[in-house]
Amino acid sequence: MSVAVTKSRYQSEEFSARLRRRYAAERRFRIAGMLAVGIASLMLVVLLGSIVSKGYTAFWQAQIRLEVTLDKQQVEERNYTAIVRQALYAQVPAATDRATRRSLNDLLSSGAPYELEAMVNANPSIVGTTQTVWVRADDEIDQFMKGFIRRDVPESERRLSDVKITAIDALVANGSIRSTFNTTLFTAGDSREPEQAGILGAVVGSALTLVVTMLLSVPIGIAAAVYLEEFAPKNRWTDLIEVNINNLAAVPSIIFGLLGLAVFLGFFGLPRSAPLVGGLVMALMTLPVIIIASRVALKAVPPSIREAALGVGASPLQTVTHHVLPLALPGILTGTIIGMARALGETAPLLMIGMVAFIVDIPGGLTDSATAMPVQIYMWADSPERAFTERTSAAILILLAFLILMNGLAVFLRKKFERRW
Amino acid sequence: MQLTVLLIILALLTVIGYQMGRSRAVASVGGRIVELHSVPSYHGFYVALWAGLPALLLFAFWGASEGWLVMQMVLSGLPDRLVNGDAQSLGLLRADILNLAHGVTTGREPDPEVVAAAERYLRLHALGDWSLLVIGCCIAIGGLLYARGRIDPDLRARNRVERTVNIALVICSLVAILTTIGIVLSLLFEAIRFFAVVNPLEFLFGTHWSPQMAMRADQVGSSGSFGAIPLFAGTLLITGIAMAVAVPVGLMAAIFMSEYASPGLRTWLKPILEVLAGIPTVVYGFFAALTMAPFVRDVGNSLGLSVSSESALAAGFVMGVMIIPFVSSLSDDVINAVPQSLRDGSYGLGATKSETIRLVVLPAALPGIVAAIMLAVSRAIGETMIVTMAAGLTANLTANPLDAVTTVTTQIATLLVGDQEFDSPKTLSAFGLGLVLFVVTLTLNMVALRVVQKYREKYD
Amino acid sequence: MSVQTHIPATAMASRPAAGIHGTKMVARDVKVFYGAKQALKGINLEIQENRVMALIGPSGCGKSTFLRCLNRMNDTIENCRVEGLIALDGEDVYGKNIDAVQLRARVGMVFQKPNPFPKSIYDNIAYGPRIHGIASHRDEMDEIVQTSLQRAGLWNEVKDRLREPGTGLSGGQQQRLCIARAIAVSPEVILMDEPCSALDPIATAHIEELIDELRENYTIVIVTHNMQQAARVSQKTAFFHLGDMVECDDTEEIFTNPRDERTQGYITGRYG
Ligand SMILES: Nc1ncnc2c1ncn2[C@@H]1O[C@H](COP(=O)(O)OP(=O)(O)OP(=O)(O)O)[C@@H](O)[C@H]1O
Ligand SMILES: [Mg+2]
Repeated sequence: MSVAVTKSRYQSEEFSARLRRRYAAERRFRIAGMLAVGIASLMLVVLLGSIVSKGYTAFWQAQIRLEVTLDKQQVEERNYTAIVRQALYAQVPAATDRATRRSLNDLLSSGAPYELEAMVNANPSIVGTTQTVWVRADDEIDQFMKGFIRRDVPESERRLSDVKITAIDALVANGSIRSTFNTTLFTAGDSREPEQAGILGAVVGSALTLVVTMLLSVPIGIAAAVYLEEFAPKNRWTDLIEVNINNLAAVPSIIFGLLGLAVFLGFFGLPRSAPLVGGLVMALMTLPVIIIASRVALKAVPPSIREAALGVGASPLQTVTHHVLPLALPGILTGTIIGMARALGETAPLLMIGMVAFIVDIPGGLTDSATAMPVQIYMWADSPERAFTERTSAAILILLAFLILMNGLAVFLRKKFERRW
Repeated sequence: MQLTVLLIILALLTVIGYQMGRSRAVASVGGRIVELHSVPSYHGFYVALWAGLPALLLFAFWGASEGWLVMQMVLSGLPDRLVNGDAQSLGLLRADILNLAHGVTTGREPDPEVVAAAERYLRLHALGDWSLLVIGCCIAIGGLLYARGRIDPDLRARNRVERTVNIALVICSLVAILTTIGIVLSLLFEAIRFFAVVNPLEFLFGTHWSPQMAMRADQVGSSGSFGAIPLFAGTLLITGIAMAVAVPVGLMAAIFMSEYASPGLRTWLKPILEVLAGIPTVVYGFFAALTMAPFVRDVGNSLGLSVSSESALAAGFVMGVMIIPFVSSLSDDVINAVPQSLRDGSYGLGATKSETIRLVVLPAALPGIVAAIMLAVSRAIGETMIVTMAAGLTANLTANPLDAVTTVTTQIATLLVGDQEFDSPKTLSAFGLGLVLFVVTLTLNMVALRVVQKYREKYD
Repeated sequence: MSVQTHIPATAMASRPAAGIHGTKMVARDVKVFYGAKQALKGINLEIQENRVMALIGPSGCGKSTFLRCLNRMNDTIENCRVEGLIALDGEDVYGKNIDAVQLRARVGMVFQKPNPFPKSIYDNIAYGPRIHGIASHRDEMDEIVQTSLQRAGLWNEVKDRLREPGTGLSGGQQQRLCIARAIAVSPEVILMDEPCSALDPIATAHIEELIDELRENYTIVIVTHNMQQAARVSQKTAFFHLGDMVECDDTEEIFTNPRDERTQGYITGRYG
C-alpha cells in the first residue's frame, strides 16, 4: 500500500543500488584527491632525488700524487708548469714518447702549477727539496674516476682517449690517485675549469645583497606596516596604498629587474653587477612581503593592550613602540625571514642588473662586481661540461640547505613565540 | 670608504646627541624632572634627530644625484667630437666611461679621450665623496649644537620628535607607491622610445619576431622584425600547459588536505607542499632543462613523435609543478572560508562528502577559486627562470606542445643579459615586452584581488 | 509514483485512528564524548510519530548534540564518539542496516542559522531530490519544488523568482526555504535546531505556524530557548541539564507542573 511506498523509497533495492553507485563515486573522488597529493609528493621526490643523485659526487674531487722536485732555478723562473709535468711523467714511466707525454699534461688541472706556487710562497724553505704533493686532477679525469666517462664506449665517442686511460690505470695501480673532499667548491670563486670552480664568490655576493636588502626593507617595511595598521586614517588614500602593496606583491620579479636596470643603473648611474643594486632591487621586491606579514602580526595584537597603554597616558607612538611592536615582533621576524629566503632564491631581477657576469674574484664590497648563488647556478647550468652539471646540482643542494635553515628558523620562532590571545 | 666613515660618524654623533640632550634637559631643571614638559629621553631623541637627520638627508640626496652630476661634469669637459652625437651614441659613451672607471674591460680599444674622461670621473667622484664627508660632519655637528642650545624645560620635545617620526612613517609607507610609479615610469619611458622606432601595432600584432636583425642594419628597426605574437602565443602555450597541471592537482590536493586527510596525515602533507613552494625557480629551471626535457624527448621519440629538446611541454609541466602549491594554498584558504553551515546543510539532506564538495563547497568557493587561478596564471606568465633555462629562443608560432617556443620573459631576459647596446631597438624592445607583461599581470592581479576581497566579505 | 500521492498517505498511515501516537525514534542510554569531554551522560527518550517534541535546557547542556545524534550529523565531527542505542522505527541507526546517507534522507535537519546554498531557489530545493535520484524528469522535479515550497508557505512569495539566488531572500524566507529544502526529500523526521533564533517575531510566528502544519505529515524534534515557543508548538517537552535528560513529559505537564526543581527553576527563569 502507500505506506510501503514511502518506506521503500530509502529502503528500496533501487535506492541501495544508487547508494552503492554514489559511494563508488565518493571513492573515486577520494582517490583523485590522493592522486593529486601523490603527484605533488612524487614530483618533490623526483626533483630532489635527481638533484641529489646528480650532485652528491661534486663533494669529492680526484687528486693526483706528485713527487715534485723543487729545482731552485725553475722556481726562480716561476716555471711551475715544468716542475709539475716532470713529476707527472715520473709517475707514469711507461709514457716515454712525446705524444703520450703531451696527452699526460691534460691529466692535471690547469690550476696545479698555481697550487704548487702557492705552496712554495707559503713556505719558501722547501725550495730545493723533493716534496710529495696532491694536486687536483683535470675534471675529465675526475669524471672518469667517478664512473661518468665509461671505458667500454668506443674511443671516438668518449671524451677521454685510450692513452689517457692507460695512464690513469697506471696511476691508480701505484696509488697515485685519490678522491678527497672537494674543498675548492667552498673556497674558490668561479672558474672556467670545473675543478677550480667554487661557490664562495656567489655566497659572498648573495650575503652582501641580502644585507642591503635587509637593511632597507626591514625598517621601511615595519615602519610602513606600523603606519598603515596603527596610525593611518581610513580613507581612499590609504586604501590606494593598501591595494598598491597587494598588487606589488604579485608583480613578476623580472619587472623589478627592469626597474632596477632603468632607474638604478640608467638613471642614478650605479655600477652594474653590484650587490648594492641587487640589494636595492630585492628590497623593493620583498618590501610588500614584509609589510603584509608585519601588518598581520600587528593585527594579531589585541586592542585591549593598546587601550591599556593609552589609558595610562602613553602617547600613541609610545604605545606602539613600547607595547604593540614587542608583542608583534616574533610574527614580524618570521615574515621577514621568509621574505629574505625568497630574496635569496630569486634570480631573474639579478640577471637584469648584470649580476650574471663571469667573476672569478670574491667580492669585497657593495660596489664590487659579484654574482649570487642562484645566478651562479643559472650560469653553471649553461656550461656543457659534465663536471659543471655535477657542481650545479651541488650548488643547488647548498642553496637549499641555506633556505631550509632560514625557513626552519622561521618555523622555530613561530613555534616558540606562538601566542594565542 | 668615505661614505662608510661618514655613516659611522653620524651614528656616533646621534648617540652623543642623545646623551647630551638627556643630561642637559635634566640639568636645566636641576634634576626635578617633573618640571620638564617632556621626559628627558625625548630631549635626547630631539638632539639626536637634529644631529643625524639633516646629514642623512644630504647623504641620501648625494647618493641619488652624484652619479648624474659627476657624469655631466665629465661630459661637459669632453671635446665636441665625442659629445655631439645623437642620444644613442651619448649613451654608449656614458657606458664606456662607466665601464672604464669601474675597471670593466670591453673588447674595444678605448679612445684616449675616453680614458681621460674615465679618470676625471673617478677623481671627481673621490673629490665628491671627500667633500660629502666634510660637509656631512659639519652639518651633523651644527645640528647637534643648535638643538642642544634649544633645550629648555618648556621645549615640546615629545611633540616634535613624534611629529618627525610620524612623517618618517608616512614616507616609508609611500615607498611602495613610489616603487609602482617607478615601475610604470621606467617601463613607459623606455617603451615609448621603443615605439618611436617600431610601430606599436606591428609590435602587438606582427607575427615575426627576430630582434637580432635590427642589430645589423644601421637604420634600426627598418627590418620590421618585432612582431610579438609568437612570444604571446608561446607564453600562452606554456602557461596553458602549466595550468593544466597545476589547477587540477593543486585544487584536488587542497580538497584532499582540507576535507579528507586526517590531522596526522595533514602534518605530513603540508610541509611537502611548503617545500615545493620554497624551492627557487632556478632549481625548477635546472630540473626542467636537464631532467624533464630529455625525458620528454626520449619518451616522445620512443613513441615515434618528433619532440624538440626544448619542448614547451617540459617547461610547462615543470612550471605547473612549481605552481601546484600556489594553487593549493590559495584554494585551501578559499575552501576553508566556505562556512561549515553550508556543509552541514548538505550532509543534513543526505549528501555524501564528495557530493557536498562538488555540488555545494566548490560552487560556493568558485569566485575565490577563479581568483586563485587568475593569480596563478599571472604567476606563470611572469615566471622567468624556468622558461629561460628550459624553453627555446626561437620564436615559433605553434600550438604544438612538443615544439620549442619562446616566451615574453625569456626574451626579456636574453635581450638584456650580456653586452647590451644602449638604446638599440633590440634592448628597448625588452621594455616594450616588459610593459605588456606588467599591464597583463597587473590586470589579472587587480581583478583577482578584488574578487577575493568580495568573496571574503561575503562569508565574513 | 508521484509525490503528491504518497505524502498524504504517510500521514494517514502514521496517524492511527485512536489518536495514540506510535514511537518513531528511541534513544537508550546515549552517551556522547567530544574527545575526553563527555557531553551527554546517558539519555533515554522516546519520540512519537506525528508530534512535535521540544528540547529545552540551558546553553551547553547538550541539546544540539543530542539532536545531531538522531541523524548521525555527529559523524562529521572529527573527535566525536557516540555510545548507546538510537533506533528509527526499531532499527539501530548506528547499525549495519542503516547507512548515514540513507538515515539523513529519512531524518532531515534544519539549522539555527538559515543556510541556503549559494544557488537559485529552485536548485536549493532540487538539491536533495537530485542527489537521491527522486525525480526522474523535469516535470516531476518542478512538482516537487512547488509542493515543497507550498508546504513551507513560501510558494506565493517566490514563485516568480525561482531562478534567483536563495541567498537573496530575507532571513525568515531563507529559513522557510531551508525547511522546504528539507521537506523536498520527504523525510520521516525533521530535526530543527533553534530554527527561529535568528528571526524576528513575525518570521518566527510564520515558522511556528508552519511547524504546526507539518506535524500532520512529519515527526518533528525542535530545540528552542524560547519557553513560549516550546509551549506553543510542541506536544512533548524534554528538559536537558548538564548532559542529562532531567524530565520529559507532555508539554502542558512540564510547564504547569514540573516534577524536578531544576526544570521548575529553568522555566521560571531562575537560571539558564
Ligand atoms: N565540536 C565540539 N567539540 C568539542 N566539544 C563540543 C563540540 N560541540 C559541542 N561541544 C560541547 O558539548 C557540550 C554540549 O554542546 P551543545 O552544542 O550540544 O549544547 P546546546 O545545548 O546545544 O547549547 P546551546 O543552547 O548553546 O546551543 C558543550 O559543553 C559544548 O562545549
Ligand atoms: Mg545548540
